[in-house]
Amino acid sequence: MMFATLRNRLHENFVRWAMRVRPPEPAPIVLSQRRVYVLPTPAGVAYTMALGVILLGAMNYNLSLGHALVFLLAGLGIVAILHTFRNLVQLSLRPGRCESVFAGEQARFDLIVENLRPDARTSLRIFFQDGQPLEIDVGPSASAIASLGLHTARRGWLPMPRVTIETTWPLGLVRAWSYAAPDLACLVYPAPAAKAPALTWSGDDAQGATRDGRGADDFSGLRKHQVADPPRHVAWKAVARQQDGPLLTKLFSGAAAQRLWLDWDNLPAAMGAEQRLSVLARWMLDADAAGLAWGLRMPAVRLEPDNGPAHLAAGLRILALHDHGPD
Amino acid sequence: MARINRPVSRRQAWWLLATAIAASLPLLQHVPLWLSIAAGLAFAWRAVLTWRHWRLPPRWLLIPLVIAGAVGVFLQYRTIVGRTPGIALLLVFLALKLLELRAARDAVVTALLCYFLVLGQFLFTQTIPTAMLACLTVLITTAALLAASDDRPAPRQQVYRAGLLLAQAIPFMLLLFLLFPRVQGPLWGIPQDRFTAVSGLSDTMTPGSIAQLSQSDAIAFRVRFKGTVPPQSQLYWRGPVMPSFDGRSWRVAQTLAAYPTIPYDGAGTPVDYEVTLEPHGKHWLFALEMPANLPPDSAMTSDYQPIAREVVRNRLRYTQSAWPDSHAGANETRAALRAALALPAAGNPRIRAISAGWQATHGDNGAAIVAAAEDLFNRQLLTYTLNPPLLGPDMVDEFLFDTKRGFCEHFAAAFVFSLRAAGVPARVVAGYQGGETNPVDGYLEVRQYDAHAWTEAWIAGRGWVRIDPTAISAPSRVSSNLAAAVPAGEGLPFLARSDMAWLKELRYRLDAVTNGWNQWVLGYNPQRQRDLLASLGLREPDWRSMTAILSILSGIVLLVLTVWILRNRQRVDPALTAWRRFTARMARLGIVWQAWEGPLQFAERAARLTPQHARDIVEIAALYAGLRYGPNPRPDDLSRLKSRIASFRP
Repeated sequence: MMFATLRNRLHENFVRWAMRVRPPEPAPIVLSQRRVYVLPTPAGVAYTMALGVILLGAMNYNLSLGHALVFLLAGLGIVAILHTFRNLVQLSLRPGRCESVFAGEQARFDLIVENLRPDARTSLRIFFQDGQPLEIDVGPSASAIASLGLHTARRGWLPMPRVTIETTWPLGLVRAWSYAAPDLACLVYPAPAAKAPALTWSGDDAQGATRDGRGADDFSGLRKHQVADPPRHVAWKAVARQQDGPLLTKLFSGAAAQRLWLDWDNLPAAMGAEQRLSVLARWMLDADAAGLAWGLRMPAVRLEPDNGPAHLAAGLRILALHDHGPD
Repeated sequence: MARINRPVSRRQAWWLLATAIAASLPLLQHVPLWLSIAAGLAFAWRAVLTWRHWRLPPRWLLIPLVIAGAVGVFLQYRTIVGRTPGIALLLVFLALKLLELRAARDAVVTALLCYFLVLGQFLFTQTIPTAMLACLTVLITTAALLAASDDRPAPRQQVYRAGLLLAQAIPFMLLLFLLFPRVQGPLWGIPQDRFTAVSGLSDTMTPGSIAQLSQSDAIAFRVRFKGTVPPQSQLYWRGPVMPSFDGRSWRVAQTLAAYPTIPYDGAGTPVDYEVTLEPHGKHWLFALEMPANLPPDSAMTSDYQPIAREVVRNRLRYTQSAWPDSHAGANETRAALRAALALPAAGNPRIRAISAGWQATHGDNGAAIVAAAEDLFNRQLLTYTLNPPLLGPDMVDEFLFDTKRGFCEHFAAAFVFSLRAAGVPARVVAGYQGGETNPVDGYLEVRQYDAHAWTEAWIAGRGWVRIDPTAISAPSRVSSNLAAAVPAGEGLPFLARSDMAWLKELRYRLDAVTNGWNQWVLGYNPQRQRDLLASLGLREPDWRSMTAILSILSGIVLLVLTVWILRNRQRVDPALTAWRRFTARMARLGIVWQAWEGPLQFAERAARLTPQHARDIVEIAALYAGLRYGPNPRPDDLSRLKSRIASFRP
C-alpha cells in the first residue's frame, strides 16, 4: 500500500518533470525528441536476457556463428529502439472537439493526431491514466482523430486529463512514450433528475405558468401526452371519448405558443442546490422535447424564453456552471 | 504503460508456425525419431486448429504433455544437460508452446525459442549453407515478431520489413563481431558430446589402417607458407611416432610431454608457415620435419612430436617454422634407444636371418645397415597398392618375400623390423606427406588421403634420420602424389585423381571459399582479433582498448543510422502551405478555421458568414480538398490553388 502510494508519487513527479510544461499546453503540441522516452518492454528485457544466454553458449562452445547471431540480434534490438522512437517523435497533437454531456455519461475528448512526416505511424496507443488505450494509425502526412472516453461524475468544466501516447511498434521490444496535456475541456451538465416534480408554472400567473400570445388558442392537433405537458392542455374530451386510451395533449400553433418560466426559487425550499439543478435540467429537456418556449430564472441569471437547441445549450450551460464562478 | 494482452490472431499463429518449422527442420536429423514425429504432429495440430478456427487445447492436457516430453528426453539421453538433450527439450517446449498461443506474450516466447534453436544448429555444423539457412530462419522469426506487434501487413511486406530491419542491424553485427572482446571457450566444463567422431590418424597402426584413410578426401589441415613452398618430397608432416610393436600393431609410447622447448639444434634454411588444423580429437599438432618452434599451449614429446595441451576439438591455427635438415636426438637416452630396438621374441624368421647377416657384416655401423636394408627393399621389387592382400602372423616375411604388395604401413613396418633385427634403433612415424596447393587461394591443402607412414633410424653421431621405405619402391608417391604412385584403376577418392580437371577446378574454388570462411568467420578467435587490431596499429590490444574502440565506432554507426532513420523529411505539402495562408487571411475576418473542420465544412460556414466572398471561398476549398484528399488531382490544380489564394483579398 505504502509502496503503491510512493510509486504513484514518484511517477507523478516524473511526469511533471517529463512534460516540462505546466498543463494545459498550447496547441499544437509537438512531441519533440526531448519529451519522448524510451525503455524496453518486458518482452525486450526477455529478449536481452535471451541474447545473454545465447552469447554464453556461443562462447562456451566457441561458435563463431553463434557470436554472429547474437551480434545480429543485438543490432536488431538497437535498430528497434530507433524505429520505435521514430514512430512517435515529431507527432503533433491538437485538441479537437468535445461535446457537452450530462454528468454520469461518458465525455468524449477528441484529440487530433497529426503526422507531419510522409510515412505512416503505426499502432499508436493513446490513453488516460488508468483508462482504456485507444489504438490508432496515422497515415503519411495525414491526421487522425483519437476520441477518448472519460466517465463524468460532476457538473461543471471537466478539463481533459493528461494523456499518454505510446508505441511499441515495430518489434514490441521497446516502448516509446510521451505525455501531453492538451488544452481541452468538456462542459458537463447536471444529470437530469430521474423523478422530477411535474412542471410547475411560475411567473406572473398565480398558477405558475405565464401564458401570453394569442397563439395559445389556435388549436392545431393532438399528440401523446408527455409528463411535461401542462395539465390544462390535456384533451379531456378526447380521453373521455375513448376509455383506456392514452392521454392526449392539445397542440397549439405558433412558435411562441406557450411560454413558461423555469424558476429556481419556485422549487421546494427543502431541495438542495444540486437537486434543484437536476430538476431544472429535466424540465428543460422536457420543455424542449415538447417544443415549448421556456425561460430560466436563476438567483443571479435570467434567460429569456425561447426554444431551439442553442437555447437549450445556453440553459444547460447556466445550470452546469451555477456557482462555479464566471466562464 | 498500457497493458494490452490481445489474443494471438490467426495470421500471427500462421507466422509463428512457419518460424517454428523453419527453426526445427534442420535439427530434426539430430533428435530421436519419436521426437521428430511428436513435433511434426504438434505442428500439424496447430495448423488444423488455426485453419478450422478450433479452440486451443486446455492447460490440463498440455502440462502432462510437456512433462511427458521432458521425461522422454531424459530417458533417451539419461541427462537433460548437453547439446542434444538441450535441443530436444527446446523442441518439446517450442512444439507445445505453439499449442498454447493465448496472448502476445506467448508469441514473443515462441520467437525467442526459435532464435535459440538457430544457435542449436551451429552446435552441429557451421558451414556456409548452415549460415544461409540460419539467415532465412532469423528472417522468418523476425517477421513473426513484427507480425506479433502488427499483423495487418501482407506476408511479403512483413518479410520485406524484417529484411530491412536486419539489414540495418548488419553494421552493428560486423562491428561487434570484429571488436567485441573475444573469450576463448569453454567457459565451464567441456561438453563431451560436442564432438562426434572425426577422421584422422589414430595412435596405433595396423596393416590397412592408413590405407583406409586414403579413401577420404576430407581436409586434415591447410598450410600457408610465408616464403616459397618447399619441394613436394620434403613435405613430411610429422605426426604420432610409434616405437612399440607387439607383432602386429605399432603404438605410440605412453609418455607425457617431455620438452617445453625444442631440444635440438637448427640446421638448414628455416621454413615459416601457418597451419590451420581441422579438429581431430587427439593432442597431435602436425608440423613439418623438424619443428623449429612450439605453438602456444603445446610441448614436445620425448620422440619429438609437438602436442597440444588440450585435445584439438576446434579448428586450430598456429604459426610454425621448420628446420628441414635438423636431426633430433643426437644424445638420445638409453631408454628410448632400448624401446626402439624391442622386437617380439619370435616370428618373421626370414628377415631376422637377413638382418643378422647385416649385423655380422657391418657391426654397429648403422648407416651401412640402413643402406643394406634399402638395397634389399629395392631388389625385392615391391608394389605399392591400395589393396594389399591379407597377411598371416609373419607379416613382414610374407610382405617382403611372398606377396610383395603393400601400402605405406607395410613398407614402414617391414623396414623398421629389419633394422631392429640388425640392432639399429628404428621406429615408425605416422603423419601426412605432401599436399596440394589450391591455385585459388594459395593454401596447401593436406587431405586425409595424404596420410603416410615412414621410418626413422638412429645413427650414432647424427641422431634420428628419416628414411621413407615407400619412396624406394614407389618414388612418385613422395615426389608427386598418391594417384601417381598407385596402379591405375584402384579406387581412389575423387579428388586424389588427376583427371576431370574442370570438376577439380570447381572443387578448388569451393575449398578456397570454405577456407576463407573457416579462416575469417569461424576461425575469428581472440588471437585473430589481436592480430587484426595490431595490424590496425593498436599495439598490445586488451579488452579495455577494444571496448573503447568498439564504443566509439558503434557510436558513429548509431549516429549515422539515427540521422538516416530520423532524417527530417518534413516536406510539408505545398497545398497545405497555401491553405494555411488562406486560413490566416480568413482569421483576420474573424473566421477561424477549427482544426476538426474539413476544408469543405469550413468553406460552408465561412461562406454563410461572409456571403460576399462565398464564391472564392468555396472554390478555394474545393481545389484544396481535391488536392489533399481527391483520388487523382490534376497537375495544374496546385498552381491554380496558389493563384486563387494569392488573388484572394477579403
